Parts: sequence; C-alpha cells; structure tokens
Amino acid sequence: MPFSLDTYLGIHPDALKLQSKRTEVIADNLANADTPGYKARDIDFRAAMASAGSPDAPVKMTTDNPGHIAIDPNTDASANLKYRTPLAPALDGNTVDSQQEQAAFADNTVRYQATLTFLSARFKGLMTAITGQ
Amino acid sequence: MSSFKIFDIVGSGLSAQSVRLNTVASNLANADSVSGDPNTVYRARHPVFQAVKAQVGAGTSAIDQASGASVKVKGIVQSNALPTERYDPGNPLANEDGNVYAPNVNVIEEMTDMISASRAYQDNVEVLNTSKDLMLATLKLGS
Repeated sequence: MPFSLDTYLGIHPDALKLQSKRTEVIADNLANADTPGYKARDIDFRAAMASAGSPDAPVKMTTDNPGHIAIDPNTDASANLKYRTPLAPALDGNTVDSQQEQAAFADNTVRYQATLTFLSARFKGLMTAITGQ
Repeated sequence: MSSFKIFDIVGSGLSAQSVRLNTVASNLANADSVSGDPNTVYRARHPVFQAVKAQVGAGTSAIDQASGASVKVKGIVQSNALPTERYDPGNPLANEDGNVYAPNVNVIEEMTDMISASRAYQDNVEVLNTSKDLMLATLKLGS
C-alpha cells in the first residue's frame, strides 16, 4: 500500500507556508506605519487556503527549455494579497492602523503555533508507527 | 519560505524610527538657539519616509514581489515656517534693530511625534521577537 506523506500531512504544510507569508505582510505594514502614501495589505487566508487545497487549483506552469521564463508555481497566491479598508482617513495617505495590525499579528502567531503543534503531532505519530514504540 | 526577509523589513523600520527620534531630539535641543540672522537660524528638521519594494531576482513568486516592502528614510527636510522674531536688544546675538530670531520648533508637535515614533519602535521590536520565537519553534518541529 503506497504511503503518501503529502496526504498524511494534509493541509498543514500549505497553511504553514501561507501563515509565514502573512507574518511578512503584517510586518511590512507595521514597519511602514508612518510612510506617507503606503496602503496596508493582508492575505485573504480563507480564499488562499481554498485555492491551495482544491482539486481544481490553477494549472501550474513548468519550464522545459532554458529560454522559458521561470514562473514560481505559487503565483496564484498573489491574487489573495488584498488591500485593507481604512477605518479613518489620514492626511498623508497612509492606511495602516497599528492596533489592527498588532491584533492580526497576534492572531497569526497563535495560528502558526497551532499548525506547528499539529504537524509535530503528525510526525510523532508517524515515528511511533515506524519504530513501534 | 524566506522568513529571514522579516528581519530586513523590521530592521529598516527600527532604523527609520530611530532617525525620526534623532530629529525630534535635535529639534528639542535647539528650540531656543536664537540667531540675529533669519537665514542662519536653526530650522526644525523632519525625516521623510518612503516604502522600498524588495529587490528580488527573477523566479520569485508574485506574492514575494508584492510583499516585502521595507522603509527607508528618503531624506531629512527642513521646515519652511518663518522663524519668530523677538525684540531683545540685550541679547549679544541681536542684530542692529535689536531683534533676535528664534527657531520655528513647535514643542508640542515634537513631543507627540516622539510618542508616535516610540510606539512604532515598540511595535517593530515585538514583531521581531515574535518572529524569532516562531522560527526557533519551527526548527524544533518533530522533536
């Protein structure tokens, strides 16, 4: 019976990758909290996970000739990087709300640690099955 | 997963905010530096921030190119507000009319700028610590 590590681990590796991307995006927003004209962005997590795990995900592009432009197979994730709606207008065009970004960062951190715990449990279960103890 | 880019972004945020704090300190220290000539008197300085898109090579995903904007200090501008003129003939720096010119530093504005800069600095430090903890926890995965 062939064993697929991908199906055993489920959506957790994809979730981990997306969550680490989201950490970067939120860190961007916080670093640019005072930059004039900067528009805050965030990843639409639900839509990104749905497109990553669904069987009718967009066709991945491959390159088999040195002349082809290299395209990362995860380009479809960029469609889920959206702009935040600002709660209050600012004179300098900056839409970053520090409190909102802090809360999103804390939320993302907890989810990241939860995903790490789930993945760790999966690996431990696999090790128990392999070693038998 | 290039989580180490987070350190670059947060580092740029920290240094930009500390430049801002430097200009606030400079303005407050020179708030009373009068001069007899309105062209040479100290003028309040403020940094101008700009978001810089990450320099990525070909082959990175579109989301990597879209995110990863660090902040840089584009320059430090001097305020164009007129210095306040005061009649003070006893001052050794007064010009022949007995006037001295005081810098156009608004102390209240500088203090609120300082509070905002220190808050942003603390936010960035927290992002740095949390990301570092998450990365260390990721390295311990499976054990």
